[in-house]
Amino acid sequence: MKFSKKIKLNSDIPTASMPDIIFMLLIFFMVTTVLREYSGLPINLPKAKRIEKLKSKRHTTHIWVSKEGLISIEDKLYPVDDVRHIMYEKRSTNPQIVTSLKADEEARMGLVSGIHNELRKADALKLNYSTKTAVD
Amino acid sequence: MALTKRRLKGGEIPTSSMADIAFLLLIFFLVTTTIDMDKGLGIVLPPEGDTIEIRKKNILNCLINSQGKVLLGGEPVETKNINRAIKERLRENEKLIISVKSHERTRYKDYVAVIDQLKIANATRISIAETD
Repeated sequence: MKFSKKIKLNSDIPTASMPDIIFMLLIFFMVTTVLREYSGLPINLPKAKRIEKLKSKRHTTHIWVSKEGLISIEDKLYPVDDVRHIMYEKRSTNPQIVTSLKADEEARMGLVSGIHNELRKADALKLNYSTKTAVD
Repeated sequence: MALTKRRLKGGEIPTSSMADIAFLLLIFFLVTTTIDMDKGLGIVLPPEGDTIEIRKKNILNCLINSQGKVLLGGEPVETKNINRAIKERLRENEKLIISVKSHERTRYKDYVAVIDQLKIANATRISIAETD
């Protein structure tokens, strides 16, 4: 029976390509990062169970509605009647825009219904009621 | 004046610290990336000036009052039981359109709870009436 001589294996991890790998990860995160643009109003979102995720942040615009009845778009306060002009402009630059309505759980439906009407007039029909996930 | 002979130096950029710099940038972007996506209840509003005649038997009225109490087709229902009631009615009539109408003073929370219940019951035809 022959004993073969053990071959000495080189057990180094090749580190030469590490910067390349790191750079690739870096570029991925740089591209996907969307820095927070607007802070909105202080609100308590309602909770819901059957929720869906919004696909892309680039096609989403937010409308904040506080419980006092203030409406904020991109950190500016607007009366209800002005929502249609802003949304119309947004819709003409980006036809696949989705409106995310971030309304306080104590907001009144009269105002929300007014926003519905404004969005219909602006032809921005894709709406999403922003909620938190309910745990039961 | 003594002239010193110029030495030829190897013009290399030190690359050993490149990985460190890249790591630092990577960590910065990892930290600043917001992973939490926007989530919520999706709904598509009807276009402006679009009225369709619907048969009365295909409509189910769902009324929410200012206290958050729900009246479904004329009967009071607890919010958490709406999905069961809707499921039953959808089994009988697939074309059923649920018309949600709320009072002006209804809280948004109660409205979202009702829409959530409709979504749980897999109701796709939801109509939102104006408040009065």
